[in-house]
Amino acid sequence: MTAMTDTTVKEPVEFFVLDDPHHHDGDGHEEHHHETGTMLGFWIYLMSDCLIFGILFATYAVLGQNYAAGPAPSDLFELDMILISTFMLLFSSITYGFAVLRMDHNDLKGTVLWLMITGGFGLAFLYLEYAEFSHLIHLGATPQASAFLSSFFFLVGTHGMHVLGGSIWLVVLLIQLSQRGLTHENKRRVMCLSLFWHFLDLIWIGVFSLVYLTGVLL
Amino acid sequence: MASQAHHGTSASAPDVHPFWGKLSWDAFPFHEPIVLITFIGVVLGGLALVGALTYFRLWGYLWKNWFTSIDHKKIGIMYMILGLVMLLRGFADALLMRGHQAIAASGGEGYLNAHHYDQIFTAHGVIMIFFVAMPFVTGFMNYVMPLQIGARDVAFPFLNNFSFWLTVSGAILVMVSLFVGEFSTAGWLAYAPFSGLEFSPSVGMDYYLWALNIAGIGTTLSGINLVVTIVKMRAPGMDYMKMPIFVWTTLCTNVLIVATFPVLAATLALLTADRYLGTHFFTNDLGGSPMMYVNLIWIWGHPEVYILVLPVFGIFSEIVPTFTGKRLFGYASMVYATCVIMVLSYIVWLHHFFTMGAGANVNAFFGITTMIISIPTGAKMFNWLFTMYKGRVRFDVPMLWVMGFMITFVIGGMTGVLLAVPPADYVLHNSLFLIAHFHNVIIGGVVFGIFAGIVYWWPKAFGFSLDPFWGKVSFWCWIIGFYLAFMPLYVLGLMGVTRRLSQFEDTFYSIYFIVALVGALFIAAGIGAFIVQIVVSIMRRKELADETGDPWGGRTLEWATSSPPPYYNFAFSPKVHEIDAFTHMKREGYTRPTDGFMPIHMPHYTATGVVLAGLLTVMGFALIWHIWWLAAASFAAALIYGIGHTFNYNRDYYVPAAEVREIENLRTQQLAKAAEQ
Amino acid sequence: MKRALIASTLLSTLLLSGCNLVVMNPSGDVAEQQANLIVYSTILMLIVIVPVIALTVFFAYRYRASNTDAAYEPDWHHSTTLEIIIWSVPLAIIICLAGLTYVATHRLDPYKPLSRISADQPIDESVEPMVIQVAAMDWKWLFIYPELGIASVNEVAAVVNRPIEFQLTSTTVMNSFYVPALAGQIYAMSGMQTELNAVINEPGVFKGFSANYSGEGFSQMRFKFHGLNEAGFDTWVEKVRGDDKVLDSDTLEALNQKSISHPVTYYGRLEDTLWERIVNTCVNGEDLCRHDMMMVDALGGGGLEGLWNRDMFRGICSADDPGALMALIRPELRINKDDLVTAMTLTAPVNAN
Repeated sequence: MTAMTDTTVKEPVEFFVLDDPHHHDGDGHEEHHHETGTMLGFWIYLMSDCLIFGILFATYAVLGQNYAAGPAPSDLFELDMILISTFMLLFSSITYGFAVLRMDHNDLKGTVLWLMITGGFGLAFLYLEYAEFSHLIHLGATPQASAFLSSFFFLVGTHGMHVLGGSIWLVVLLIQLSQRGLTHENKRRVMCLSLFWHFLDLIWIGVFSLVYLTGVLL
Repeated sequence: MASQAHHGTSASAPDVHPFWGKLSWDAFPFHEPIVLITFIGVVLGGLALVGALTYFRLWGYLWKNWFTSIDHKKIGIMYMILGLVMLLRGFADALLMRGHQAIAASGGEGYLNAHHYDQIFTAHGVIMIFFVAMPFVTGFMNYVMPLQIGARDVAFPFLNNFSFWLTVSGAILVMVSLFVGEFSTAGWLAYAPFSGLEFSPSVGMDYYLWALNIAGIGTTLSGINLVVTIVKMRAPGMDYMKMPIFVWTTLCTNVLIVATFPVLAATLALLTADRYLGTHFFTNDLGGSPMMYVNLIWIWGHPEVYILVLPVFGIFSEIVPTFTGKRLFGYASMVYATCVIMVLSYIVWLHHFFTMGAGANVNAFFGITTMIISIPTGAKMFNWLFTMYKGRVRFDVPMLWVMGFMITFVIGGMTGVLLAVPPADYVLHNSLFLIAHFHNVIIGGVVFGIFAGIVYWWPKAFGFSLDPFWGKVSFWCWIIGFYLAFMPLYVLGLMGVTRRLSQFEDTFYSIYFIVALVGALFIAAGIGAFIVQIVVSIMRRKELADETGDPWGGRTLEWATSSPPPYYNFAFSPKVHEIDAFTHMKREGYTRPTDGFMPIHMPHYTATGVVLAGLLTVMGFALIWHIWWLAAASFAAALIYGIGHTFNYNRDYYVPAAEVREIENLRTQQLAKAAEQ
Repeated sequence: MKRALIASTLLSTLLLSGCNLVVMNPSGDVAEQQANLIVYSTILMLIVIVPVIALTVFFAYRYRASNTDAAYEPDWHHSTTLEIIIWSVPLAIIICLAGLTYVATHRLDPYKPLSRISADQPIDESVEPMVIQVAAMDWKWLFIYPELGIASVNEVAAVVNRPIEFQLTSTTVMNSFYVPALAGQIYAMSGMQTELNAVINEPGVFKGFSANYSGEGFSQMRFKFHGLNEAGFDTWVEKVRGDDKVLDSDTLEALNQKSISHPVTYYGRLEDTLWERIVNTCVNGEDLCRHDMMMVDALGGGGLEGLWNRDMFRGICSADDPGALMALIRPELRINKDDLVTAMTLTAPVNAN
């Protein structure tokens, strides 16, 4: 033991961290260490999710013109409704941003309020998507009708399922916030969901431009 | 032969019972003697095991100390056990095929009808890749990597446990298919349109899809976990260029996992939609594109083989320096080679179907990128070679496996490059030459590496070495068996014999298939000897005990702690200054701290992983049999349970310093005793 | 020593058991070139493989722990010269191999018409290749000779030294058309046509089969390929014609039912445009032909009414002006000429035959 700390003659090589920085700095430091790991992990998860969407986009790019002598995008999509749901999602991203800003000011009420507004926009988006899908199915343009419709429903539907998942998460998070307030753990969760929510927004911009805009305008 | 001997019900049973779904008594194999005997055997064996566990009151112990454990070492060991159990199943399939083909090629009928044979080769491929090779390499990465970087656990310990149980869940579904219904007949990659509803209406394909969907999620989560662990949790001083090569290969492997398993998930999801919702992604009609399935599945499938082989390259890179008593030659070029392989593996997928009719430029491009991979692989081979140069090579069992690997793998590599030449592939594609090639690299590379790794790290995990005699018997049986089993297949491939045949036109192939069968029997003996080796070693564990924690003269940090390591791995986090950190410590005459212990932050064990995976297994089974209410119920239960888990705030605790001191003092006494001897 | 001698003799007899190695001793020029390519590539790679194996054995022996005479340098771990060699030698070989691959892949492109009959016989420009249309079915092979108006199942014949152009499709899952003695394989897939150019140089009967697993009857999905001289081929054609069965939509539908070990069958006469309908998956007359569907899709889809009445588009791709026809059916589209040209080029490959 003495050999390790002896500094009189020549600096010996230290092979162990003898004073545990985590412990001395108290819990805050430890949590901080953990948090960066969680955020990195969540980023990597988002990248892998992004790849799933990448494959679905690629599938749409390959099959999106195979109408099987059935309807094409211009026969089906109503751009004004899509534009409204796009704005629902865009607004929800902005309001989520406000929630995070309030969180940085340790304002629990403000955070919760903005999160609830975000959830409201999310639900509105989901409702519009549901309305669109049931309209298409009513017309007979079902996922079974052609490869184009299969890939359309699957791409847009997967995004919708993600928004649904995000909304459920949001509800859970609101309960957790109301239980414990803006603790370190809950702040981390708010940040993770924030990443997820903005990510879905980004994907939607891809969907909107590749599927709806190019589909109708070209 | 013309009769269609199905034994599932589902092929022509459209009526779905509201409670039982497609499940009925016909789903059980009462009229298939081979399956029935296996079934009875497994049931009796299972009952004996359950009985023994109950009799010795081990359930509580297993549950508390293993199933709910989030210790990366225990999870690693459980992965290895899963791999070993599934190896027995997958190899039984191999023996059945070898025996059947030997008879069928000699003019007989064989004992398997085509439908059964098709299930067996599909199951063999799926099991060997997903539930043998993957658990083995994941087990190594889980057990060894955190120790090598001086960490106390992985970044997300609970997720690690959950990933493991998801893999088990997939394995269970595959095993259940043996006795309830049937397995897929579509081959291990389930090429569309064959795997679609039109050509494969039975539940076999659904078993395949849900088993891989569930296990695949586990693999992806585990990949994320291990990447974050390496990036965030290395011991102080361990720069990227001071990480052991095994850590490097683990990093590259898990980056590949994260970058490719989502592709598999998406592809299988699309196929699942085709089968369950009637969509037209990969169907022949209404605009579907089966060729797209083949592309997508190989965009995952080719990196997958590097996911298997890279960690094994890492294992060899640890063993060779240790047993030559010499630093690894060309560390930096080894790292670059690994990274280059990782990147290139993503742009070669088309070489699996040159014969699909792509243009000459496309084929030439993918052929040449494939060949380029052999350059870094060759560099690795030379690096191991020149590590032996001017070394002191000790031929302990792990090193024997390395020697077997080096000679065998280059042959497999050569035939691989040959297959990458598109016009050569036109005559060799799908032939037994191809089968010989990929078994040559997977057995000669991955399997030999797994055995080398098991023998090498066994003493670390259990505190005693494996019996070398039985280890050598196992090695020689495997290597002789491998050459006998697969060299004839190269020849058969050149004779124009294609893969997946259950009946033959000519009898002049006979001798080659018989030699291959003898080879398979040698391999069976090799597996047997390996199991004997474990049993003998457990019985002789006192004699084989290793008190020092460093039986081989190891060079990396895992050897710096005790064998087996305490659950917190290191009482004090190591500080790293050089490559081969432990060799450096030994050279500098380090002193092990015996005082000044501090509380250690550790996570609690949790049952959430087991429960969630259990619910998802039930969900998978229900979906396979169209028991919709059960699928919905189990999914809802899993969702609620998972959400409930996020309300658990009591996840970690501090190990008191006194407990650490107690454990470390025992170790001090142990070391003193070892020094006296 | 003696044992080694016996072993090596045994091994070489096993390896070189004569003409059984059909892939290495084929009877068609394309397969011949492919076999040669295997030999050249192997030799190239052995330049690095043999030294590696030899060095592995040598180093293992020389630096074994018990040999204390050998040098021991535990810290030697780097040598720039060696590193350059171990990266550049494989690189050099791969460069050679890549060159070889590029040239060979282009020369042996299965879609390209042959450039020679054999090593010492150039192609005769005046001789048209014989077209043989091949359909993979569950689980048998159908061969159609469009020029002769005949067809056969599980047996195919060709004239020695006359180029053959196989046009391939499938009525079922993916299969791979492969006659090892003749030329490499190519996939046969539903709803599209692949091609394989080949020539047989020696008379004889050769084995052919599907090299891509296709289900229960896959093992029996075999046929015989007959290489015949002119006279022999004429006799064979007469034999096929002698069978007065007609291959029409109905017989084809019957043939399309799953069957294992289907006997060799001859059809002396053919219904017109049968092959086009096989390739375009509309033999039964119920489904819209693939090329019509692709034409409609290229013109912007058939609209919602297309969902209910796809049949109104039948024959659209062979109409003189599909655009005009389409404009009649879907006036709202107002198709212009440029789109039409694009549409025509898009569907050209299927249309071509």
